[in-house]
Amino acid sequence: MADGKANSTPLLDIRNLRIEATVYPPGEAPKTITLVHDVSLTLEKGKVLGLIGESGAGKSTIGLSSMGYGRGGVRITGGEVILNGRDILKGGKDGFRKLRGREVCYVAQSAAAAFNPAHKLMDQVVEATLLHGTATRAEAEKRAIALFKKLSLPNPETIGDRFPHQVSGGQLQRVMTAMALCSEPDLIVFDEPTTALDVTTQIDVLAAIKDAIRDTHVAALYITHDLAVVAQVSDEIMVLRHGRLVEWGGTRQIIKEPRQEYTNALVSVHEIEHQEQNPGATPFLSVKNVTAAYGGGQVKVLKNVSVDIYPGQTLAVVGESGSGKSTLARAITGLLPPEQGSVVFDGRTLGNRLADRPKEDLRQLQMIYQMADVAMNPRQTVGTIIGRPLEFYFGIRGRERDRRVAELLDEIEMGKGFVDRYPAELSGGQKQRVCIARSLAAKPKLIICDEVTSALDPLVANGILKLLLNLQQHEKVAYLFITHDLATVKSIADSIAVMYRGEVVRYGSKSKVLTPPFDAYTDLLLSSVPEMEIGWLEKAIKGRRMASAGN
Amino acid sequence: MSSPILKLVAQRIALGILLLLAISVLIFAGTQILPGDVAQAILGQSATPESLANLREQLGLNDPAYVRYFHWLGGVLTGDLGTAMSSGQDIATSIKGRLWNTLFLAFWAAIVAIPLAITLGLIAVRYRNGWVDKLISGLALASTSFPEFFIGYLLVYFFAVKWQIFPAISTVYDGMPFGERMQAIALPATALTLVVLAHMMRMTRAAILNVMQSAYVETAELKGLSAFSVIRKHAFPNAIAPIINVVMLNLAYLIVGVVVVEVIFVYPGMGQYLVDHVTKRDVPVVQAVGLIFAAVYISLNIIADIAAIVANPRLRHPK
Repeated sequence: MADGKANSTPLLDIRNLRIEATVYPPGEAPKTITLVHDVSLTLEKGKVLGLIGESGAGKSTIGLSSMGYGRGGVRITGGEVILNGRDILKGGKDGFRKLRGREVCYVAQSAAAAFNPAHKLMDQVVEATLLHGTATRAEAEKRAIALFKKLSLPNPETIGDRFPHQVSGGQLQRVMTAMALCSEPDLIVFDEPTTALDVTTQIDVLAAIKDAIRDTHVAALYITHDLAVVAQVSDEIMVLRHGRLVEWGGTRQIIKEPRQEYTNALVSVHEIEHQEQNPGATPFLSVKNVTAAYGGGQVKVLKNVSVDIYPGQTLAVVGESGSGKSTLARAITGLLPPEQGSVVFDGRTLGNRLADRPKEDLRQLQMIYQMADVAMNPRQTVGTIIGRPLEFYFGIRGRERDRRVAELLDEIEMGKGFVDRYPAELSGGQKQRVCIARSLAAKPKLIICDEVTSALDPLVANGILKLLLNLQQHEKVAYLFITHDLATVKSIADSIAVMYRGEVVRYGSKSKVLTPPFDAYTDLLLSSVPEMEIGWLEKAIKGRRMASAGN
Repeated sequence: MSSPILKLVAQRIALGILLLLAISVLIFAGTQILPGDVAQAILGQSATPESLANLREQLGLNDPAYVRYFHWLGGVLTGDLGTAMSSGQDIATSIKGRLWNTLFLAFWAAIVAIPLAITLGLIAVRYRNGWVDKLISGLALASTSFPEFFIGYLLVYFFAVKWQIFPAISTVYDGMPFGERMQAIALPATALTLVVLAHMMRMTRAAILNVMQSAYVETAELKGLSAFSVIRKHAFPNAIAPIINVVMLNLAYLIVGVVVVEVIFVYPGMGQYLVDHVTKRDVPVVQAVGLIFAAVYISLNIIADIAAIVANPRLRHPK
């Protein structure tokens, strides 16, 4: 693969890496599973290699192996990890300790969780540098402040005196990058560093990381599941699946001329053709001038929001975290009674509070959540979970119930064999399908989907979206589809409401909302979605009209 | 100090005072419900109906309960705990010395037990699931599982009878030299330490293990910190609140729960004082001791709450 490396010894040379873990399935003997099968890679000084794949592909495991680290009982059982000319696996515990934080540093997915809440940022940023004795405290702090500046953090002189909770998520992610750079390592492992951020914040952090890598000549392993993101920062990309190498090549080759079927599927994911439906004459559900607040009216999260939903159609609500998307769902379902305004369903006003609504109204509005596994009782079987709405709303029991459950399982493209399974025995996508079946069982007019694909791998998410579209055609159910992902919106929506700080800033049919001229916020949102195009990042940063809120 | 902390602390203290008042009502009501009559108890065999009536009048036992409660409460607030019925002595004066003795014993037991428990907890986490961890947990649990009188008598048997290092009876008196006093309390303090050690050590271990799963612990490991530094610098500060809580509970136990140990070693502390006067049905003494115990318990828990609030960086440094 990647040519022209013969003339210098690579910084990192991983050969036939094999990583195993022992799992303890309930009621069975412990068994050893192989997470990474004989993967080899090399990385030159100052280059960036993107590791890409779905969850379980072994990306993080391989990344951490460059520091001799295995999460939760994971063991490196074979191969060599040669860093700066020596096999670090032979160095033992002390050897690992000496290279961690000095030769190799790590940037975690969620900086908010990866910073110790009990210590000031500066103490944590310079900790590794001081530990390894590569600089005095004064030098290290000076270096850190210079890095804060380079990563365009606000108040670089004083931000180090703050505690993690006093700094926003996007800023923390940049402080973490500064922390990794502070000990001037040869290699940084970036483990999904922008995945937990809003799309408009992600682009800033991405640009900051890219500049920092360029200016410090550090090499990097950049781990992500988002091919469009990795295309912006990597020189080469390695595609992994189930712990095996699928394809490895230059960035341009991978995204433009993928050689493997699986890479091609990753590249072309999200391309669902969805013909927009024209709104009917009358909406069946109207949100009218709803204002809602938390904390006894103190924190207004929805301000005078009005939207309509038409039978059998999809209204997508997009916006960043904190824009009030989920609160809108809570107001519609009655979980958060609005302070002003009303929700009109089939020509009559629904009770504000959940307790004021009759069972029939509850049945008509169902919900599916982002985290399918916490939305199900782990001690109930799939059959019980799906059968529960049948009993509760329709009083269907016994054989008739079992027949309906089987039908529903069929509709979500899962076989009868799943009836007796528990949620823990299902994959992420299957869990979400069961949640969909449960909401369908109530035969509702509207299903509120709150970020239902956000926690899923792209290909799995794609399957869920296709299923939702199919079900809409058969069952004539309408969706209120809450998401921060504009690509998803394009695939599924008939109309779109863009929310920003509790207000609907743009609302209309899909084609209208996505056609220029845009308002400033919609423009920012649209231009922040990474495109699988080399050089997109620089173009997007240059063309922006407003700064994102997370900074 | 910023305003949210002050507000929370003021809330805790106000709640504590309210709670103490409620407890004073309970203590008073409780001693009223108890069967038996102080006048009868004092006079014993020699009681005649007239002398009983006179004594009741004299002690104010004929007033309605709420009058007696407020009378008692008023006295407590001005430092007058009343007079012991059995001996006629001023309760406040006799309690002062006893309370001092109890606090002295608790203090030295705590000085040994708390650092020892936390250190053992840290070591147990460092070598978690290994033999060191199991040994520490096993010994600590064994020492807690033995009843305290059993430990007390074991200590007496070995250290006082067999090897004659320490006295079996912990007599202390006013003006006793410090060294002798320490020698006198060595055995009861050891017994108390053994009793409270395991609880604090297990809790320290559990609280730290809980935060060992955090992403920031992984970050610290990936900086190359040694296992013990990770625990001490990154895990411990975030586990401090539950640890303080259990330490305070045990500290309270050292003060109010030492009855059995004090009786075994005939140590003149609050516990023995209480037991003596329960048998004599001396209601004012029981009330006074009960109230002091409650106050100790509540204050220590308030301190634990406040420490947990202050230990939380989110409250100490608001956005």
